[in-house]
Amino acid sequence: MRRPFIFVLQILTLAILLWLVLYPNSYILIQSFIGAGNLTLAHYREFFANPSEKEALWNSLWISAWSVVLSGLIGVPLAFLFHRFDFPGRKIFAALASLPVLLPPLVGVISFLFLYGESGILSRSLQHWLGWQEPLFSFRGVGAILFVHAYTMYVYFYMFVSAGLKRLDFTLVEAARSLSASRIRIFFLITLRQLTPSLVGAALLTFMTSMASFSAPYIFGGGVRVLALQIYNSKLNGDLDIAMVETVMLTLSSIVFLFLLQRYEGTSKYRSATKGARQPMTLVVHPVKRLLAGTAGILAVLFLLLPHLTLVLISFAKDGTWTMETLPPRYTLDNYTRLFSDPSFLEPVVNSLHMATLATLANFIFALIAAYMIVRQRVRGRVFMSGLILLPWALPGTVLALSLATTFNQNSPWQARVLLVGTYWLLPLAYFIRNIPVVVRAVQASFEQFDAALEEAGRSLGGTWTYTMRRVVLPMVLPGALAGSLLAFVTALGEFVTSIVIYTIHNRPISIEILAQLRQFNFGSAAAYSVFLILLIGAAFVISEKYFSDFGNRAVS
Amino acid sequence: MPHLELKNLTQRFGSQTALDGLNLSIEKGELISLLGPSGCGKTTTIRLIAGFLEPTRGSVWIGGRDITPLPPERRNIGMVFQSYALFPHLNVFENVAFGLRAAKVPAPQVENRVQRALGLVNLPSYGKRPVFELSGGEQQRVAIARAVVIEPQILLLDEPLSNLDASLRERTRRQLRELITSLRITTLFVTHDQEEAFALSDRIVLLSKGQCQQLGTARELYDHPANEFVAGFIGRSNIFSLPLKAIGEDCLSFAWLSGRELRVRNLADPAHSQFEVGQSYKLLLRPEKIEFEKQEGGIRLFSAKLVSYRFAGAWSEWEAEGEGIRLLVTHSGLPLSEQVKVGMTLDLWANPESIQALEA
Repeated sequence: MRRPFIFVLQILTLAILLWLVLYPNSYILIQSFIGAGNLTLAHYREFFANPSEKEALWNSLWISAWSVVLSGLIGVPLAFLFHRFDFPGRKIFAALASLPVLLPPLVGVISFLFLYGESGILSRSLQHWLGWQEPLFSFRGVGAILFVHAYTMYVYFYMFVSAGLKRLDFTLVEAARSLSASRIRIFFLITLRQLTPSLVGAALLTFMTSMASFSAPYIFGGGVRVLALQIYNSKLNGDLDIAMVETVMLTLSSIVFLFLLQRYEGTSKYRSATKGARQPMTLVVHPVKRLLAGTAGILAVLFLLLPHLTLVLISFAKDGTWTMETLPPRYTLDNYTRLFSDPSFLEPVVNSLHMATLATLANFIFALIAAYMIVRQRVRGRVFMSGLILLPWALPGTVLALSLATTFNQNSPWQARVLLVGTYWLLPLAYFIRNIPVVVRAVQASFEQFDAALEEAGRSLGGTWTYTMRRVVLPMVLPGALAGSLLAFVTALGEFVTSIVIYTIHNRPISIEILAQLRQFNFGSAAAYSVFLILLIGAAFVISEKYFSDFGNRAVS
Repeated sequence: MPHLELKNLTQRFGSQTALDGLNLSIEKGELISLLGPSGCGKTTTIRLIAGFLEPTRGSVWIGGRDITPLPPERRNIGMVFQSYALFPHLNVFENVAFGLRAAKVPAPQVENRVQRALGLVNLPSYGKRPVFELSGGEQQRVAIARAVVIEPQILLLDEPLSNLDASLRERTRRQLRELITSLRITTLFVTHDQEEAFALSDRIVLLSKGQCQQLGTARELYDHPANEFVAGFIGRSNIFSLPLKAIGEDCLSFAWLSGRELRVRNLADPAHSQFEVGQSYKLLLRPEKIEFEKQEGGIRLFSAKLVSYRFAGAWSEWEAEGEGIRLLVTHSGLPLSEQVKVGMTLDLWANPESIQALEA
C-alpha cells in the first residue's frame, strides 16, 4: 500500500512544480521568440537595438556590482568587530546588526524617504542647522538606490562572515604563527582564505537580490532605468513582447548566479581538513579603545535603528499635518485605532492576512511532502525536483508576476492554462510559489538533521508507516516546518514587488495600501501599516528563535 | 528446525554486491555475532532480516515461515541501532512504550511491561527522564529495553558497543552478555571487533566481501581457520607459502628449506580435499607457537636474526628474519631478555602439529 501511495505523492509534487514553477517561465521564454504566430528573434533585436533597454541591462549589472562592494565594505568589518573583539555591549550590537532583516522591501524604502528624502527628517534638520534655503541633497537616482541597497544587503555579508568566523579553524593561524608568518600575511593567506566561501556566497546573494530589487528604483530611481522596473513599465504600457524579453534577460542572469552559488556551496576547497579550534575573542582592554569600540557600536546601531524609529514616530503623526516642518507637528493614535476599526483601513490587513494564511498553509503541506520525497524516500529525479524548488528563489518578483500574468490569463485546459488574472486567487498563488524555496529548505534541513534510523526504529517496533509518520517523523520535523512557514507567512504579509503587478481591487494587500496612502500624503497611516508589519515580522523571528529551535540541536548521543 | 534461516540471501546496490548468496541457520536461543571488516555485508544482513531492505535474491525464514515479503512492522524483530535511535521528543518511558502503544496494548499493561523492561536493564526509576540527558551506556540500555519489551522473536544489535568509551566497553560487554542470556532471545549482533565477538557470542559468522567465510565457535575460528582470510583476520598470524610434495594418510608433506621436508597434519575431509601435489599452499603458524629453544616434538625451522622487540605487558613480541621469511614471535610472561636480544641470530623451533595448511 505504501509504494503506490508514495508514488502518487511524488507525481503530485512534481506536477505542482512543473505546472506552477517551470511552465509559466518556459511559456514566457517561448513566447518571447514568437511574433505574429511565427518563430522570430524580432523582439530580441528590438531589445538590443533600443538604447534605453541596453541602458537598463547595463545599469542593473553595474548597480548590482557596486551594491556588492558597498555591502561588503559595511558587513565584513562589522562582522569582524562584533565577532573577534569583546567589549561592553558587544552581544547586543551583534544581534541588532541584523535589524534590516526586519524591514520588508517597500517599508525599508519608505523609511528612507521619511529620513533622507527632500523633506525627510534628517535632510531638513541638516538644512535648518546650516541655514540653507534649498535641501542639501536630493535623495534620488543611482546614489539613493545604492544607499538603500547597501543598508539592506550588508546583512548578507554580516551574517555569512559572522558564521564563517565562528567556523574558522584557529589552529591554522597558530600553525602559521609558529612558522613566524606576519600578521598581515596570516590575514590574507589564512583568515581570508577560510572566509572565501562566506564572502563568495554573500556576494552572489547580494548580486542576485540587487538585480531583482524593485522598490528602491521604483521610489527613488528618478528615471534611472533598471530591468526589474522596465518589466513593470513595459507591462503598464501594454508592450508585452518587450516585457517578456526583459523578463528572460533578468531571469537568465539570476539563474546564472543561482547556479554559481549552488556550485560554490558544494565545493569544500577551503574547508579545513581537521576540526580545529575556535579562536578566542580578543578582549579590548585599553580604556580609550574600549570607549571607541563601544561608541562606534552605538553609532552604527543607532544608524541602523533610525529607519525603524522614524517609522514609529511618523506612525503617530496626524495625516496631512506634516508639510514643511522638520518633525511632524501633531501626534495622534488615530492611525492605529483606524487600522483596526475603520473597515476601509482594515480591508487590506484582512486581505493580506487571508492571502498569506492560504499561501502559507499550502507551503506548509507542500514542503512536508516534497522534503520527505527528496530526503527520505530519495525518489528518482530528486535533483531535478530540488532544482525546481530553488528556482523561485532566483526569480525576481516582477518576473514571477509577469510570467503568471501571461500564463494564466485565459482558460485553455489543453494548454494547462486557467484564467486567474483579475481574480482573487492569482496573488495567493504567487505568494505560494515565491515561498516554496524557504519553507521546503527549512523542512529539508529538519529531515536531514534527524537520524533516519528513528523512522526505522518506529517501524521495527511494530509501528505502521502512517503510525511512525504521526508519532515520530512529524513531531521531529514540525519545529523546522513551523519556523519556515512563519517566515513565509510574514514575507507574504509584506510582499510588494509581485503584488504591485497582479493585485486587483478585491485583494489589495497592505503594501499596495501603504503606497496609496503615501501618494495621498497620509504619511501617518502609511507608517502605521509599516510598523504593524515590522512588529509582526519581529514577533515571527522571536517566536521561531525561541520555540522552534530543533530537537536536533540537543540531539541524542 | 532452525529458528532463523537465511537462504541464498543476496543484495546488490547498483553494480555493487553487498551480500552474495549468504546461507545461515541459527537455532532458537543462540547468540550469534556477525563479524567482519567494514563493507563486508554484516550491516546489510541485519537490515535485510529487519526488513529495511528488499533482497535482490534469496529469502529470510523465521520459525519455518518465509517473512521476506513482510514490512518491518510485521516481523516482530527487536532492533538496537548503532546510534540507538531513541526518539528525542519522547521521554524514557514513552520510548520504551512506543512498540506497545503501536500494538494498541491496553494502558495498564503498557505501564506494567515498560516498568518491567526498565527494571531488567537496571533503569527502574528513569521513566520520566528525557533521553538526551542520559549517558551513552544508559541510552544503550533504554534502546535494549525498547527492543525487548515487545517480546521479539529475534533481537538484532548493530555495533552495540561502538558508541561507548573504551573504559565503559568491557563492563558493558559483560552486562550485555548476562542480560541477553537471561532473556533467552535468539540474538544476532554486528561487530567489527573480534574480541567483542569472542566475548559475546556462542558462534561467530565471519563475513568478507558479502560471503560467509566461516561459521563456528571462537575456538574453531582461531584453531582451525577455513581459509587464509579467516587465518589472517582472527588473531595474529604468520602465513607463508610452500609447495606440496606428497599427500599421506593423514599428513601433508611440504618442501621446506634446504631440501628438508615439513610434515603437517591433514585436517581436510578426504572426500572434499582440494590439495594437489605440485601446487603451493599457504601455511599458518601462530606467533605464540614459535619457540627459541628446542621443545618436545619440535623441529628446527631456520636460523633467524631478531630485528625488533616490543614489550606489551602481558606478553613480548619479536620480529625474526631469515631465509627471506619474516616471522612474528610472541611469548607470554617476562621477556627472555638475558638470552634473547635484538640483533642476535638464533634458531627458531616449532611443533609441526601447530602448523596448519590452508586449502584456499
